[in-house]
Amino acid sequence: METTMTTIEESDIWRALKDVKDPEIPTISVVDMGIIIKVDVQSPSDVTVIMTPTFTGCPAIDVMRADVEQAVRNLGVSNVHVSVTYDTPWSTSRLTDEGRAALLRHGLALPATLPDTGTEPTSIVLSLDVLSETACPYCGSHNTTVKSPFGPTLCRSLHYCNACLQAFEGFKPV
Amino acid sequence: MNATKDLLYRIADDCLIIAHRNSEWTGLGPLLEEDIAFSSIAQDKLGHALSLYRILHEEFGERDPDTIAFTRNEKDFTCCHFVELPNGEYDFSLMRHFLFDAAEFLRWTMLKNSSIASVAALAAKIQGETKYHVYHGRTWVIRLASAGNEESKARMQSALETCWPFALGMFEHGVDEQALIREGVFAGEDELKTQWEEFVRSTMVEAGLIIPEHDAAVLGGRKGYHTEHLQPLLDEMTVVFRTDPGAEW
Repeated sequence: METTMTTIEESDIWRALKDVKDPEIPTISVVDMGIIIKVDVQSPSDVTVIMTPTFTGCPAIDVMRADVEQAVRNLGVSNVHVSVTYDTPWSTSRLTDEGRAALLRHGLALPATLPDTGTEPTSIVLSLDVLSETACPYCGSHNTTVKSPFGPTLCRSLHYCNACLQAFEGFKPV
Repeated sequence: MNATKDLLYRIADDCLIIAHRNSEWTGLGPLLEEDIAFSSIAQDKLGHALSLYRILHEEFGERDPDTIAFTRNEKDFTCCHFVELPNGEYDFSLMRHFLFDAAEFLRWTMLKNSSIASVAALAAKIQGETKYHVYHGRTWVIRLASAGNEESKARMQSALETCWPFALGMFEHGVDEQALIREGVFAGEDELKTQWEEFVRSTMVEAGLIIPEHDAAVLGGRKGYHTEHLQPLLDEMTVVFRTDPGAEW
């Protein structure tokens, strides 16, 4: 015989998902990362969660998908469906304020805001010079140099702070 | 094969094979940051190939992504010759990376308007990733050609000349370009080539490099005719899979 909570609200699911962390950055939850697109409670025993990866090749997505499913199951929901889609693509603007604070706590520079470059595609590429304006997560200086747009995970870049002479990683603006 | 499936296979196969070539720099890059860059780009490209094989599987009735990637024969691949070529030295790999990724970036930009909803959504996603690839390649091509020394400039010029006819082969037509254009799936290889040449030309002017003229495109890959380099690559890429094809990872 199945046991389910008598009622379950969408807010209960979101609260539970706040405890699911990104395995590559354990200070931030999947909710604050902005990768949970939608939670749909059809009934106390049927819940659908729609999520999207930060990058298409993100190797952590399967782990997070399983963790999300388990977290909802732990609330007593028997049928949990987690789907991964690109219909709402992730971007760094989906990070919550709490998420941005968590990145800083992890020693990661916050993503710069990409300028509006219009519709000309090549101007998007040229605009990536915005990476060189990344603020150092340790001393806050903007006197930094981008060393590489690629870091230890797909979503990070490598920088050097000329003020406090410290190498640091940043969260890439997407 | 229908025109849309043919298009998705061409793009996915290019991504899979260049991903393998890029991954061959893992542990061997000329400096740590470049090692990480080529490895990261490889991982992104694998993600692109996987996403496309998944669309082919879920919407077009093709086999599952692993079966597509690891069990097809060489003649079933429709990648261009450019991605098959061995990495050579860093100058060649870097120039190929820039020329290939510029085309991929512009291709995805065009595909954002595709009439196939899943492809358009994927394109919006991937454009955000490939811009970093282009940024990386462009930065280093310009730096080595215009701010390096005589040797680095000569090497970049020579790499450009080696790459050029193969790069033109990226735009070999698929089975039915007109159908793709008519149905709004993709605006076509000729349109892509025009945009690519304009972007590449502006970068080469900045780098002080001269684009070869009168070179003919190296064709055949889109029809399943490949260089002698593809089969050994497939042998290596699939060796673990073939050891135990049913294994759960």
